[in-house]
Amino acid sequence: MSGETLTSSEYIRHHLQNLTFGKLSDGTWGIAHSVEQAKEMGFWAINLDTTIVSFILGALFLFIFARAAQKATAGAPNGLQNFVEWIVEFIDTSVRGSFTARNDMVAPLALTIFAWILLMNLMDLLPIDYLPLIAHAAGLPFLKIVPTTDPNATFGMSIGVFVLVVYYSIKMKGLGGFVGELTLQPFGKFGLPANLFLEGVNLIAKPISLALRLFGNMYAGEMIFILIALMGASWASVTFGSTLLFGSQIVLSLGWAIFHILIVTLQAFIFMTLTVVYLDMAHQEHH
Amino acid sequence: MNINATLLGQTIMFILFVWFCMRFVWPPIMQVLTARKQLIADGLAAGERGKHELELASRHATEGMHEAKQKAADVIAQAEKRATQIVEEAKGQAKGEGDRLVAGAKAEIEQEVHRAKESLRQQVADLAIAGAEKILRREIDAKAHAELLTSIKSEL
Repeated sequence: MSGETLTSSEYIRHHLQNLTFGKLSDGTWGIAHSVEQAKEMGFWAINLDTTIVSFILGALFLFIFARAAQKATAGAPNGLQNFVEWIVEFIDTSVRGSFTARNDMVAPLALTIFAWILLMNLMDLLPIDYLPLIAHAAGLPFLKIVPTTDPNATFGMSIGVFVLVVYYSIKMKGLGGFVGELTLQPFGKFGLPANLFLEGVNLIAKPISLALRLFGNMYAGEMIFILIALMGASWASVTFGSTLLFGSQIVLSLGWAIFHILIVTLQAFIFMTLTVVYLDMAHQEHH
Repeated sequence: MNINATLLGQTIMFILFVWFCMRFVWPPIMQVLTARKQLIADGLAAGERGKHELELASRHATEGMHEAKQKAADVIAQAEKRATQIVEEAKGQAKGEGDRLVAGAKAEIEQEVHRAKESLRQQVADLAIAGAEKILRREIDAKAHAELLTSIKSEL
């Protein structure tokens, strides 16, 4: 709990608010101290927690992997190299399975997406109140530790993927081919508006579904952690009800955390696989 | 949960991470994996080759041993034959030598006998002459009857 006086809805709202830095309503730049303040900042504000945590995790992933890659030998691998190779081979196999064209960019892209999203999702398994509590002690009003529960992070990635899909569609098929694909099927050139509408929705749906699927899963998971955490928060005195709730919190959060490990990995894998599939489609003449 | 500039930051970060991964992480690891694959394939091939060579060598060795045994048997047989031959030759030679020695001895004995006979004959003749001289000292002239005496001597 961040404070004794919070009501349940305040507690939830508090947990779902990012640490936002932007222009305050009085014209100065600073950190928003309430949900309303953060909302007023508009587009030109930045979620410090999402940015910093995701940067640290991405850098950690790249640091470990680059270190392993530097020291890697073809002989018997040591522990770290073994682990890194295991992941790399796993990614390589899945990419080879679903990507048929030749592009040296796709496999490293898939690895980055998988590892980065996995690490960001894993933040969900940290005890839900500890880090915000520490942040509160340090004077920060909010801290949302899981970057993938911030749509900015998931849309940030899916937009990157979308740009790549459009880029490779145009590169492989030419601008005419890409426009043709958008306008000339499935109904031929006389159904052009319908074609454009259908294919446009199809195209736009890719990044939106990518981002929202990941965001939705992680957000829902986080929400359930928050609700479970609320059970023990109703602790008043040593009564049967309070003790039962407290015990339930421990059991439920353990169970949900174990189940969540599956979701965390699965969502990272799904995001990666769909990215590869979308890029594969961008390389194909017909889909 | 507002969409704000974090979106741009995340996109940029994402692109940089992917670029870094593509530049510094993926190629060396893949290179190592490919090299290891090659290494293992080479090792397996070498093992297979070694096995094959071992088989070949053992077959070769067996053949060599067999041949050597054959040769040794041949040599022994030949040596035995030669030894027999040498013994036979030696036997023949020894026999010849013995025969020769026996013949020599026989000849010598004969000669000796002959000589003894001769000297005996001489002595008998001398004795006869001495006896006859004693008897016929006066009557018989040694010189006049020498021819007669010689003919008697030769008849003895």
